[in-house]
Amino acid sequence: MSSPPRPVPDPDVAGALFWEAAARHELVLQKCASCGTIRHPPRPMCPVCNSMESIFEQASGRGRIWSWVVAHAPVLPSFADKVPYNVVVVELEEGVRMIGNLLDIENDAIAEGMEVVVDFEDVEQGVSLPVWRPA
Amino acid sequence: MKYSLENTFEHDIARNLGIPNLRYFGDVAYGGGAGCGAVGHAAMAIATGTAETVVVWRARNRGSGGRPWASKSNRIGGELQWYLPWGLSRPVDQIAMLARRHMIEYGSTEEHLAAVAMAFREHALNNPYAMMHKPMTREDYFDARFVSEPLRLFDCCLESDGALAVVLTTPERARDLKEPGALVSGFSQGIGPDHLVMANYFTPDPLDSPGAYAAKDLWNAAGMGPDDIDCVQLYDAFSPLVVISLEAYGFCKAGEGGPMAASGALRAQGGSLPCNTSGGSLSEAYVHGMNLIIEGVRQLRGTSTNQVQCETVMVTSGNGVPTSSLVLRKAA
Ligand SMILES: [Zn+2]
Repeated sequence: MSSPPRPVPDPDVAGALFWEAAARHELVLQKCASCGTIRHPPRPMCPVCNSMESIFEQASGRGRIWSWVVAHAPVLPSFADKVPYNVVVVELEEGVRMIGNLLDIENDAIAEGMEVVVDFEDVEQGVSLPVWRPA
Repeated sequence: MKYSLENTFEHDIARNLGIPNLRYFGDVAYGGGAGCGAVGHAAMAIATGTAETVVVWRARNRGSGGRPWASKSNRIGGELQWYLPWGLSRPVDQIAMLARRHMIEYGSTEEHLAAVAMAFREHALNNPYAMMHKPMTREDYFDARFVSEPLRLFDCCLESDGALAVVLTTPERARDLKEPGALVSGFSQGIGPDHLVMANYFTPDPLDSPGAYAAKDLWNAAGMGPDDIDCVQLYDAFSPLVVISLEAYGFCKAGEGGPMAASGALRAQGGSLPCNTSGGSLSEAYVHGMNLIIEGVRQLRGTSTNQVQCETVMVTSGNGVPTSSLVLRKAA
């Protein structure tokens, strides 16, 4: 029995540039064009200065594990063939946090503060997710 | 007043009851974060004279119905696009992430969570309405399967069918009623900075929970503080929320919620701060926290099956998600 398709982003205006970059295997972050504050997840307005002008800049792609879980069954059918699987929160060098999966590691070996680098997983035609590997 | 996730609508209830003019209605958002907020909004409507009597209710068939997050299309918009594609899909996953971070920052442990689950199970044993009547040992807790590490089965609330209501009216009207009422001393709602609904990891300090913001307003509104509270009913969709809420509302310092639970403080029998004395969402039923509000009223009426000395109760809804809270006191 094949798993139903993985959930994939249906980007809104604020998130479209992030996902377009991810499809090119580039990690970008939204930055306020007025005050320079980096924010994630993307949204229309800067919470610091309320500017609606923003740019998306190349990110370092480096970070550290901030927290993680290991999901066991029962999970959504589209993830059922992956259990037990990890989901991590990475704190990027730029200071923002991002959700991902940590590949190439035993779940029991994941540790807080572990250095990780970004990679991309192609889940569907034109859709790639940022994922992470030990640095 | 209803939860925004409620499937039974005001007009349906009104036309079944034959109410000729339902003059006040509304709802409060954010799932389990709504309950105390809905009671608070009802109390405000009564205080302003907009309404004389307001019913707050919650009805769910989660034991026999489906799971709302199981039937999503695979195109995910809104904030879900920032966590669901990686499989952070269930509420338990989203709270487990915070629980892990709490362990990292404060050294809280699975033993602390076991103490929460065991205390509430002990309470459920005396409560005929509770779903869970089997005693739980430490071994039972640790032998149960992981659902989302570090959380195990008994860290998670039950799946329940249930319908509960609270009726609010003026103190003058309440004095004529058969049962003694409980007075609303204060309520609050809170969303901290940069908050997503439940995957709240993007604010500078996610352990500075929305409850910490709601707490300041709650204690101001109620004119009292945590030391004045005899009994608490803390929203417990998952056991770590109890630990985080003990800290947020000032019953202990940040990082001390786990050791406080492990000390036996939450037990109705001999605990310094009896908590979820009906068994709570973990062992009584999960009706989105409405059962916690009702148990708070029982404690003030003296009708709890785990009755403690009680003049004042604090109840919370949510934390993790946008949050609300209430202080109730015994009617004079
Ligand atoms: Zn700005």
